[in-house]
Amino acid sequence: MTLLTPLFMIGVFIVPILLASSSEDKTTIAIIDNNKFKEFRLTSSLNLEYTYLNELNLEQHKTTLIETYDFLLHIPKIDSIEQIESSIEVYSINQMSLSIKQNVENQIDKKLTNIYLLQSGINPDQIKKSQSKSTIKTYVVDEQGENTKGNSEASFGIGLVGGFLIYIFIFMYGTMVMRSVIEEKTNRIVEIIISSVKPFKLMLGKIISVALVGLSQFAMWIILGFVFLLIANGFISTDLDVTNLNANEAVLSSEIGSSLMALPIKSLFIVFLIYFLGGYLLYGSLFAAIGSASDQETDNQQFIVPITIPLILSFVIVQVVIDNPHGGLAYWLSMIPFTSPIIMIARIPFGVPLHELLFSISLLIGGFLLTTWVAAKIYRVGILMYGKKISYKELWKWLKYKD
Amino acid sequence: MNILEIKHVIKEYENKKALDSISLNVNEGRIFGLLGPNGAGKTTLIRIINQITAPDKGEILFSGERFKREHIQNIGYLPEERGLYKSMKVGEQCLYLAQLKGLSKNEAKQKIHQWFKKLDMLDWLNKKVEELSKGMAQKVQFVSTVLHQPKLIILDEPFTGFDPINSEIIKNEIIALKESGSTIILSTHRMESVEELCDDIALINAGQCVLKGSVNEIKNKFKEHIFEVQFEGTIQNEIQHFDTLVIESGRGIFKAKNKENTHTLIKQLVEQVNVTRFNEKLPTINDVFIQSINNE
Repeated sequence: MTLLTPLFMIGVFIVPILLASSSEDKTTIAIIDNNKFKEFRLTSSLNLEYTYLNELNLEQHKTTLIETYDFLLHIPKIDSIEQIESSIEVYSINQMSLSIKQNVENQIDKKLTNIYLLQSGINPDQIKKSQSKSTIKTYVVDEQGENTKGNSEASFGIGLVGGFLIYIFIFMYGTMVMRSVIEEKTNRIVEIIISSVKPFKLMLGKIISVALVGLSQFAMWIILGFVFLLIANGFISTDLDVTNLNANEAVLSSEIGSSLMALPIKSLFIVFLIYFLGGYLLYGSLFAAIGSASDQETDNQQFIVPITIPLILSFVIVQVVIDNPHGGLAYWLSMIPFTSPIIMIARIPFGVPLHELLFSISLLIGGFLLTTWVAAKIYRVGILMYGKKISYKELWKWLKYKD
Repeated sequence: MNILEIKHVIKEYENKKALDSISLNVNEGRIFGLLGPNGAGKTTLIRIINQITAPDKGEILFSGERFKREHIQNIGYLPEERGLYKSMKVGEQCLYLAQLKGLSKNEAKQKIHQWFKKLDMLDWLNKKVEELSKGMAQKVQFVSTVLHQPKLIILDEPFTGFDPINSEIIKNEIIALKESGSTIILSTHRMESVEELCDDIALINAGQCVLKGSVNEIKNKFKEHIFEVQFEGTIQNEIQHFDTLVIESGRGIFKAKNKENTHTLIKQLVEQVNVTRFNEKLPTINDVFIQSINNE
């Protein structure tokens, strides 16, 4: 799993790109144009391949053509070029997809616009030159008045990905802890172990060791992911027709790249680790408590739902937070320990004052100390309790039991 | 010498007394049967001896000392519900459990090898538990219970799940452990194993100890002065001071009306027939169990 997961993740990104760029996905379109407009001629592109068959008769060849080509585009005899806009017909066996339809329409519109401009005596190149494309450079100013070049797009991406990773990790390793507790309990091996080790130590040991598993897997994924990305990068860039990228996009993507480098990667990484560990410890101990209170994994839904709600909620709200990373909602959710691991990570790339960060981290530490304490109380009773349907009332009672 | 002394131990769960001032002594070097119906408090008592839970009140002495955490190294416990880590290798698992009980890695490895060789299980060491049959896994668990040579071994239903051959192997190992000086607490519902193995028993019901002592003492205490006789000839006259429970060709069962001396019975019998066999019918532990619980 450790090795396969990064492969899988990268596969998720690469496969669609490879599929999209493979030649087999070309859409073939036959055109019968019954006019003699020299100016209007559609040219094949990366995904669309046009074949002009003007000499053929539409009615005679319609059925054979739509079998051979994906689509048959027909421009009936018209009086003026302007009429093209409303007279083009497309025939096919399968309904034309929205994206192909828009693609074809775009090409037609571009051609016609150029023709109209020329007719009015305007050179289309002049229009192109006069079109403005502004880009705002954003700077983040710190307390010393130092400017750092910012990038909203990069911050957006990092925030979203970071929040998502924390969400996935907490869930993955939290349930790993829970399953392990349930296994030991149903095995009754726990009775042998806790006669030698205090339940609290056993629980904490389990949580910490899963955290170490998590960190080492994480480290391995980063290394492997980096290697794979390098390989994949080379693979894709030779395969993709780069000239097809429009110039602005190319500039934008290179700018995102450079501002990714400009972001304080090291401190981002450290903060990410703190929130990953803090969030995991907070939820991990609760997952351990749930595991101890259940006999089978199936009958603990009633306890799992309430602790996963804040997790799922914060994941859903991440998008809202990223749109307004300094608003009230973002602030408060990044303080509450149950939501702060995900929300704070999403806010960090947009800049969070140090005192807010420290306050949130201390709340998180306080939070996991509290949940660990509660979980330990439930755990020590739960692991020895069999054949009883556990209610919340019961859990409350366990909290008050003495050793 | 008592290896374990339990004095007035009380354990309550939500106002229900699981153990109600229970007192017991377990003699060193003997097999002690801990009996009682379901829900009597046996598991609670075993958990207290294993220091999984602590008593609310009362005192426990281990080899004459106040019960401490370190004593747990001298105890081996086989719980009733068996289970090991399924995806862990047998050898690694035994090593882990032995080290938990305070053995060094080398000591543990050596003991594991000894035991696995003795029980002919050496080729299981590198298998995962999930690849073993249920009986095999139980054997592994038995070994992991006794690996660290505990002074006190607690076996909760050790025979369930074993075929007769393996049951016999385990039974012989239990006897061998006793002979090597270990004390064994055997908790079971199988009365024939109690008869076969136990030197002493204690019967627990509703959190209290209703009966304790050596198996012989208890049987004597519960005996009903019933005698079984095999003979040649016919009994013509009524036997005085005894009720005749069964009389058929060559066999008779008699019960004394007032704990009469056996001598009176033998005297009357030999006057009439040729006695080939004479023995007192002692109650089985099963009878004792049922009688004591019903009397409660």
